[in-house]
Amino acid sequence: MPNLKDLKNRINSVKSTRKITSAMKMVAAAKLRRAQDAAESARAYSARMERMLRSLAGSFANVEGGPKLLAGNGANQNHLVVVFTSDRGLCGGFNGSIIRETRAVVRGLKAEGKTVKLLCVGRKGADVLKADFRGDIIETIIGIGGKKGVQFAEAVGVAHKITALFEAGQFDVCSIVFNKFQSAMTQIVTRQQLIPFSAGNAKDEEITAKDQGAKASYEFEPEEGEILEVLLPKNLGVQIFQAMLESSASENGARMTAMDSASRNAGDMIERLTLKYNRTRQAAITSELIEIISGAEAL
Amino acid sequence: MTDKVEFELVSPQRLVKSLPVGMVVVPCAEGDIGVLPGHTPLIGTVRAGVVDIHNGGKVTERIFVSGGFVEVTPDRCTLLAEEAAMVADLKADVVEARLSAAKAATEKASSDVEKAHAAAELAIAEAMVVAIASNAVHH
Repeated sequence: MPNLKDLKNRINSVKSTRKITSAMKMVAAAKLRRAQDAAESARAYSARMERMLRSLAGSFANVEGGPKLLAGNGANQNHLVVVFTSDRGLCGGFNGSIIRETRAVVRGLKAEGKTVKLLCVGRKGADVLKADFRGDIIETIIGIGGKKGVQFAEAVGVAHKITALFEAGQFDVCSIVFNKFQSAMTQIVTRQQLIPFSAGNAKDEEITAKDQGAKASYEFEPEEGEILEVLLPKNLGVQIFQAMLESSASENGARMTAMDSASRNAGDMIERLTLKYNRTRQAAITSELIEIISGAEAL
Repeated sequence: MTDKVEFELVSPQRLVKSLPVGMVVVPCAEGDIGVLPGHTPLIGTVRAGVVDIHNGGKVTERIFVSGGFVEVTPDRCTLLAEEAAMVADLKADVVEARLSAAKAATEKASSDVEKAHAAAELAIAEAMVVAIASNAVHH
């Protein structure tokens, strides 16, 4: 039987834990709102860019010697997987689900005899993946989306790194793994191929369907090829920016949910402990009373 | 067909503008193009410069864009710009600072990639200066 003082201490410590988790929940909720707005308003840009790219790519898909970012460099041997996780933990299954998916993807590719390289955005993913694929992680980028949220320039920086690696012939196919924001409760682990650009991973089906008619025949100024040369690297940046925003909204959503249930659990625990505390206290009083009464009777 | 074009200006962060306009003049890489309703479908690159929105024969809004892409269909004009700001909101001293920073970066740039970036930034800053100057003339 624990004594009263122990129980009191226990209750107090759970209470302060609850204070922390509920504060974290509030912070996450505030950040979530901003991140969600950012992610949703950025979808406009990436959806339109993809639409434009698709109408351009249509005329180029089967041409030999098209831009490499579009057509690939013909090989399919070296894969680069860019993994988006958070820098900090305490966000429920957010990082876990990404890591699980990444592991499956990497193992699958390796089983096919491909070589895989990993680029980790976010500290958590790198920390865990290091255990499994130490030699495959080529770089870890941390500190994305600081105080001011994810900046477009940060995404462009990552995109430049990827293009530089591609041009240096370090990989043939590049895909990204990130959490797509659905709601505060649900994040969808998404894998998307970036290089070569595949029109297949259409994200906004409705826009595609609606614009099929208008797709007809565009004039190009300058030449299609020249536009593609500029548009493709830009698109890479935009897709990465989008992934970062989705990931940051997801992270905050996941953290909010996790901290909410942690606060609730702490509440339950406090209730149970308080009950136990009161019972113990009462038992102590009762036994003291019995002692006094039986003492008095004995006189 | 209506006498308006659905004009959309989108930056990576958000949908900046979305409104029907009479005509919009976009600074394309190979010269400015005016988009009226019923324009031939076109995709083009945009250089740093000012987008003029015309309504009823007058310029109603002037927006600075730092370059990007434009997609035109008979009833729609979508402009994807990396940066967009109302010309009236551009501050001369901020732009000057940016211009001198860009100039310094151009001189310092050593690798080809750096040089290209610095040149792009310089072009944007110069276009901003021109935009402010032209706005002063307009008013």
